[in-house]
Amino acid sequence: MSITYLEAIREAQAHALRDDPRVFIYGQDVGAFGGAFKATKNLQKEFPGRVLDSPISEDAMIGLAVGTAIEGMRPIIEMQFADFSTVAFNQIVNQASTLFWRTNVPCPITVRLPFGGTSGSGPFHSQCLEAIYAHYPGLVVLTPATVEDAYSMLLSAVAIDDPVIFCEHKFLYYHLKAEKLPSEALPIGKARIAREGRDLTIVTYSAMVHEALAAADELATEGWQVEVVDLRSIKPLDTDTVVASVARTGRLLCVGEAWPWGGVTAEVIARVTAEGYGLLDAPPQRLNAKDTPVPYHPNLWAAHRPTARSVAAAARKLIRY
Amino acid sequence: MLQTVSESRTVGETQRVAYRFMLRARLLDDKFASLYRAGKIHGGVFLGRGQEALSAAIGVHLNKTDVFAPLIRDAAGRLAFGEPIIDAVRTYLGSSLGPMRGRDGNVHRGRPQEGYLPMISHLGAMISVVNGVLFARRMKGITGIVGVACLGEGATSTGSFHEALNQAAVEKLPLVLVVANNQFAYSTPTTSQFACSDLANKAIGYGVESHSVDGTDFSACMETVGAAIARARAGHGPQLVVATLLRLCGHGEHDDASYIAPEQKNSKLGRDCLKVAEDFLLKKEFADAAQIAVWRSEAIREIDEAVAQAQREPAPDPYEEKWSALSSEHLNELREES
Ligand SMILES: Cc1ncc(C[n+]2csc(CCOP(=O)(O)OP(=O)(O)O)c2C)c(N)n1
Ligand SMILES: [Mg+2]
Repeated sequence: MSITYLEAIREAQAHALRDDPRVFIYGQDVGAFGGAFKATKNLQKEFPGRVLDSPISEDAMIGLAVGTAIEGMRPIIEMQFADFSTVAFNQIVNQASTLFWRTNVPCPITVRLPFGGTSGSGPFHSQCLEAIYAHYPGLVVLTPATVEDAYSMLLSAVAIDDPVIFCEHKFLYYHLKAEKLPSEALPIGKARIAREGRDLTIVTYSAMVHEALAAADELATEGWQVEVVDLRSIKPLDTDTVVASVARTGRLLCVGEAWPWGGVTAEVIARVTAEGYGLLDAPPQRLNAKDTPVPYHPNLWAAHRPTARSVAAAARKLIRY
Repeated sequence: MLQTVSESRTVGETQRVAYRFMLRARLLDDKFASLYRAGKIHGGVFLGRGQEALSAAIGVHLNKTDVFAPLIRDAAGRLAFGEPIIDAVRTYLGSSLGPMRGRDGNVHRGRPQEGYLPMISHLGAMISVVNGVLFARRMKGITGIVGVACLGEGATSTGSFHEALNQAAVEKLPLVLVVANNQFAYSTPTTSQFACSDLANKAIGYGVESHSVDGTDFSACMETVGAAIARARAGHGPQLVVATLLRLCGHGEHDDASYIAPEQKNSKLGRDCLKVAEDFLLKKEFADAAQIAVWRSEAIREIDEAVAQAQREPAPDPYEEKWSALSSEHLNELREES
């Protein structure tokens, strides 16, 4: 038996619904239809009255979630695509994220964002918004890269007493498979060494972990040992694991599928430079998507975001610095 | 503590209770205005002058177990819903003992777990939060409650208003949306805000019942708001109440409102609902002038005491402040402090 990243997300939601009567799911087409990606397939049947269709009103979806959280519920809100969460932006970054700080009343909502590029999806169904949410105090931002993490981190997200932006990568939905669901997991806020190496550290997250691992394979054939750090969680960010890795390798390449300006890669480099300046044997580098909207055509799309090839090229250059 | 409606027995008691909240709100607002002018309040001061009848009518028709999301001009409704004067004063004066602990100020106050929602500034954003509280309570099997969200006519132009009213209608939630059409959104007149002839017509498009009322008329506000709340409570779904009145002050105390034409101020729209209510009470013999004078001096004493108390209380201390926005302490990035 094998299970996909998407199935893991469905299973985690089923698990949460089963374990905790305070959990419910609200989103567009999540009910009988099972969601645009089928992440809630059969859940309405299994949990009557707890998997509910919403109107196309992202702002009101999050507002409603906050109101239910005040009443002690733990809603999971599915955004049909991360891109549309911008319509709910105000409620996420001003309502949900400030509630606890202002009133001492926790706001345990989970906002699922199917995000990131897939071929042919174009400018409005491909965006990576983790950095913009991480910018706001009061939010937790998670970016699982594996089937196991998709499952266990979604369970953690529902259990966390604060608003969690759960960034699940659409490219990984069907591509990624595991043999079984995990029974234990790293705590939230801990990064994972996805591959050990001594010549260069690549820090990345979500789908780019797999591009980085492929690049590391390629470099291994040339005799270089690349370490890959999977951040798992963008906020909180595990600076300790990153700095410890750079202490081993002396070289840092940050890779993100998001746009470069003010992004996660910039944040990681800022932290490593401030806290581990003396550990660096070369200027830290980053590789991001190009600073344009995400293009539709596969030729353009493949060149827009980092790939194993471009990651390997950047890594090679940095090793030779 | 004043009685609420459900405890009232005698004829005119509800009106007396509502009037006393109006009076207390007016006097509290006046106090904040003078503290502002004396430089004793940080940030803005926003008054509800001219809107007390509408606001009090909401508060006295709500029970403790209901939900209330007031806005900037609802001192009367807040008091009637049960907010102690000291909560308002502490929030305006930045006392660390207030419900917002100096983290938020002025009209941004509430106690969410008591169904009293603290507004964020973004207009229209509280309506769907009220929906959420009502939605959760329904899931828990709680019935017979209502939630009121207040807003100005300007806020009816927001996307949030549309989304939330539609959402409440789709879910048939016991939401009462009370719009105070005070003719201005800051300086913007209604002609630049909406093009429909009557804001109450908006309800039709959402499949929602609507009620219109002269917001300067105390007894009409009591009746109309009471009826709308009763309809929602009885399971008839969301209700839209549109009250027509005039803002009898600036947008905030920093604003002289010179853009409001004298003719408008002198029209029937510009009459003072507090005076209308007083005349009503006297005419109906629900109260006499001596009684009203006693209520007034009682309220002034209470307000003065609250101000004196809050002024003696400690201000928030940045060294004691936690500087963390998360409830999950283990997820804080404490390294920022080093
Ligand atoms: C979304 C949003 N835009 C702008 C503002 C700034 N603002 C605060 S009050 C106000 C006018 C509100 O007018 P109205 O809704 O009619 O309420 P009133 O002040 O008349 O009671 C404006 C523009 C805001 N708070 N929120
Ligand atoms: Mg107005």
